[in-house]
Amino acid sequence: MAEPTTDVIQGTLDMLILKTVSLEPMHGFGIGRRIEQISRGVFKVNPGSLLTALQRLERGGWLDAEWRDTPNARRARVYMLTRRGRRRLDAETEHWTRRVSAIARLLKAEG
Amino acid sequence: MTAWRDLARGVGRLWHPAAADRDAIDEVAHFLDEAAAAYEARGLSPDAARRAARLDVAPTATVDALRAAGWEHVVVTAMRDVHVAARRLRAAPAFTLVVALTLAVGIGTTTAIFGAVNPILFAPLPYSDANRIASIVEGRADGGWNGGTFAFFRELVERSRTLETIAVARPWQPTLGGASGPERLEGQRVSASYFAVFGVAPAIGRTFTAADDRAGAPPVVMLSDGLWRRRFDADPAIAGRTVTLDDAIVAVAGVLPASFENVLAPAAEIWMPLQYDMTEGRAWGHHLRTVGRLQRGATARGAADEINAIGRVFVAGHPDAYGPTNFVVRRLQDEITRSVRPALLVVLAAAGVLLMIACVNVTNLLLARGVQRRAEFALRAALGASRGRLVQQLLTESLLLAAVGGAAGMVVAAGGVRALVALSPPELPRVHAIGVDIAAFAFGAALTTAIAISVAILPALQAAHSDPHRDLQRGWRRGGGEHHRTRGVLVVAEVALAIVLLVSSGLLLRSLERLFAIDAGFRGHGVLTMQVQLVGRRFSEPRVAYRFFEDALDAVRRVPGVTSAAFTSQLPLSGDRDEYGAHFDATVTQQAGSVSAFRYAVSPGYFETLGIPIRDGRPFDDHDRAGTPLVAVISESLARHRFGTESALGQTVRIGPLDAAPYTIVGVATDVKQVSLAIDDADAVYVPASAAAATIHGGGGQFGDTVMSLVVRGRDDAPAPAAAIRQAIWSVDKDQPVVRVARLADLVAASAAERRFALLVFEAFALAALVLAAAGIYGVLAGSVAERVREIGIRAALGASRGDILELVLRQAMTLAGAGVVVGLAAAIIATRAIAAMLFGISALDPFTYASAVALLSAVAAMASGVPAWRAVRVDPAATLRAE
Repeated sequence: MAEPTTDVIQGTLDMLILKTVSLEPMHGFGIGRRIEQISRGVFKVNPGSLLTALQRLERGGWLDAEWRDTPNARRARVYMLTRRGRRRLDAETEHWTRRVSAIARLLKAEG
Repeated sequence: MTAWRDLARGVGRLWHPAAADRDAIDEVAHFLDEAAAAYEARGLSPDAARRAARLDVAPTATVDALRAAGWEHVVVTAMRDVHVAARRLRAAPAFTLVVALTLAVGIGTTTAIFGAVNPILFAPLPYSDANRIASIVEGRADGGWNGGTFAFFRELVERSRTLETIAVARPWQPTLGGASGPERLEGQRVSASYFAVFGVAPAIGRTFTAADDRAGAPPVVMLSDGLWRRRFDADPAIAGRTVTLDDAIVAVAGVLPASFENVLAPAAEIWMPLQYDMTEGRAWGHHLRTVGRLQRGATARGAADEINAIGRVFVAGHPDAYGPTNFVVRRLQDEITRSVRPALLVVLAAAGVLLMIACVNVTNLLLARGVQRRAEFALRAALGASRGRLVQQLLTESLLLAAVGGAAGMVVAAGGVRALVALSPPELPRVHAIGVDIAAFAFGAALTTAIAISVAILPALQAAHSDPHRDLQRGWRRGGGEHHRTRGVLVVAEVALAIVLLVSSGLLLRSLERLFAIDAGFRGHGVLTMQVQLVGRRFSEPRVAYRFFEDALDAVRRVPGVTSAAFTSQLPLSGDRDEYGAHFDATVTQQAGSVSAFRYAVSPGYFETLGIPIRDGRPFDDHDRAGTPLVAVISESLARHRFGTESALGQTVRIGPLDAAPYTIVGVATDVKQVSLAIDDADAVYVPASAAAATIHGGGGQFGDTVMSLVVRGRDDAPAPAAAIRQAIWSVDKDQPVVRVARLADLVAASAAERRFALLVFEAFALAALVLAAAGIYGVLAGSVAERVREIGIRAALGASRGDILELVLRQAMTLAGAGVVVGLAAAIIATRAIAAMLFGISALDPFTYASAVALLSAVAAMASGVPAWRAVRVDPAATLRAE
């Protein structure tokens, strides 16, 4: 890993989680690892922030959660996207894309 | 967030905290496993992988974070805070009790007093557009007041443009017949417009019409809701039915709604049209209450100008019926509250002072506690408690305290309202509207709570601000001096306010003493009084009425235990007020002239029974009866006013109409207080009831003395039994109501009811203020001694005697009390001006009262400093030095 890992950009954690879970139902650690992998290690999610965010998203109805037994006699909490979560993801993606392209245009502008 | 799932999850966690905790722990544990497995997969040893994962995940903090998320966490924390706060308050029971009681007294009394004063003085009367209802009274040239006449009422109806409707009323006590026996009712005879003035429509039937109000029209009555339910079983078809009133058959026109509150005569249950006629003499009698509804946009002042303009012409045209008169127009509310307003305002102000003392006391106690707990908060801040957390904790504690105090205050308020109603002077209007005032309660509770909160969080803010290290050190030594000054100032304020209340109640007490020391002109002790009201047509013949009274008197005199008995047409200090013109003819030295005088028609034995000394001449005896020359006894003051140093005996006086028969004055009696002990209004003419009855023929006429008061003196100053006397009267005629049974001594006491009411309230307030001030002094001294244990120990070790140490503490106490007294006396000199109107025979600056208040407060201050002083004396120097 050549580049230093950073915390997730303020306010984008929910969107990243929703996007990750939209690929397939996943437990907390899996979500964190997937964000790290897909961002090629740019984003490293703090476990405490991740788990509280998951709890918040579940209680808000954007994610569903269920307990599944694991081979080593633990319970794993697996999260999946709800329809409400899907709508929010779409909205935030569109919003984010618009902002990013705007910023990109600004940065490319020649003075 | 849509709230449903969030709410359900939160409630679930509150309901099953253990299950929620297990979920959080399991999830974090699983996360930890996966993280460790990932590290192992990268080649770390299981142990190293586990350590690395723990470093990443920080499981304890993460589980805590999961627990702390969600709204329910606020509830959990608050509940824990309440729990902790309750434990802390229980650990300091004296502090808690004093603060709660202080709050209760402050909030409770303010609420109760405002609840009593508000509906009477401030809340509008319960009528539509109540501010447009005005009262009209006639002010005489001598400063007294007269009732209105029917003649001038008619004049106003004719001419007034500022009044939309005008009505007159007079008291009326008919006897209602029926299957359940005769019942004496309170009622009013009113002009047909009476209910229109108040804007009241009948609930059943109709109100009076102009046709009902004509002389000779068939009689009709209106019933109150209460009477309709009590006597007529709420008969919905009552309108048009007939009832028996005073032996006559009368039709019921309608029933008034239950909501109708008749402030002019709160006890009235039945109304009949006045049915006066301008041809009658009584059209000119000054005995009517006049009320009117102002035109929209008209003011009382404008109405007064117009009515006086009409009045000037009218008075000039009728000099025989009207002297110089100033017609006074007031809002009805002002008129009915006029006599009680000063007392109520003063009491309200006293409640305000008490609330101020309560606020000062609460501030003081909380400051003291804050100082004591400074070390605790410094410690907690040093251990990492955030400032917000400390503030939250203290806030919870203060709110809990305020809630307890508020609840106790509500109890005090409810009890206080009940006590006020029970103690209220009889003139107090709208008594049943008095209740616990929620707005006042909220005001008192909000004020004290705000104080409690702002004072209580001070130590938390300081703890978070200041250097924990230094505070811890200082705290252990319980130092800290700047608060002492603040608390000292507060105690001084408290003592000063207590002095104001003590002086005020002292002045009221001395006024009442002076008032009761006044010679009423008669010996009331041992005299029983009751009123006999004759019912029935046959008594409209005065001679028949007088014969009944004579027979009843004979029967009463035979009752065992009765030493003397007599009748009188009006009783002193009972609320009776029959004034008539007394006319004197010109003599050699005097011009002819008229004065207003109380008229008493009495039986022989009246002066003896009441113990009224005869100054000159003779009292009435059994020879003064019908057929003998007309004789009269006048009061000393009337004799002096009219005849100066000359003897009044042998002169003549006519009473009532100018052409009345002349009475020869045969005696002069001592002045008697008729209206009130405080009022010198003693011009009076006594005539024998027998002669009065004989000179009037038929129809009730000028003086239909069918209502007489019986006065009975018992043996050995012990009142004769009322029941036996009533039986004696009924042995003559069992249908005659006997009412207003009272001891004359009680009537005398009741005549000062307003002053007594104010005094009682002030005494209660002054006592509460004294206790609060004592608590304040005690609190400061106790805290100061506790903080100076070290200093006192060292002084003792260095040879200070117990006396020296005692002096140390007491000097502090007396400095505080002394400063408070000085400020308080200055404040009292200003504040007692407000009660000057309530004082009698005493200056608002009476030195004895001021000195007594100071002495009482000093004694209480000395007592309050007793326990701290004792503690200071008991400090063991050896123990103190060891502790160093």
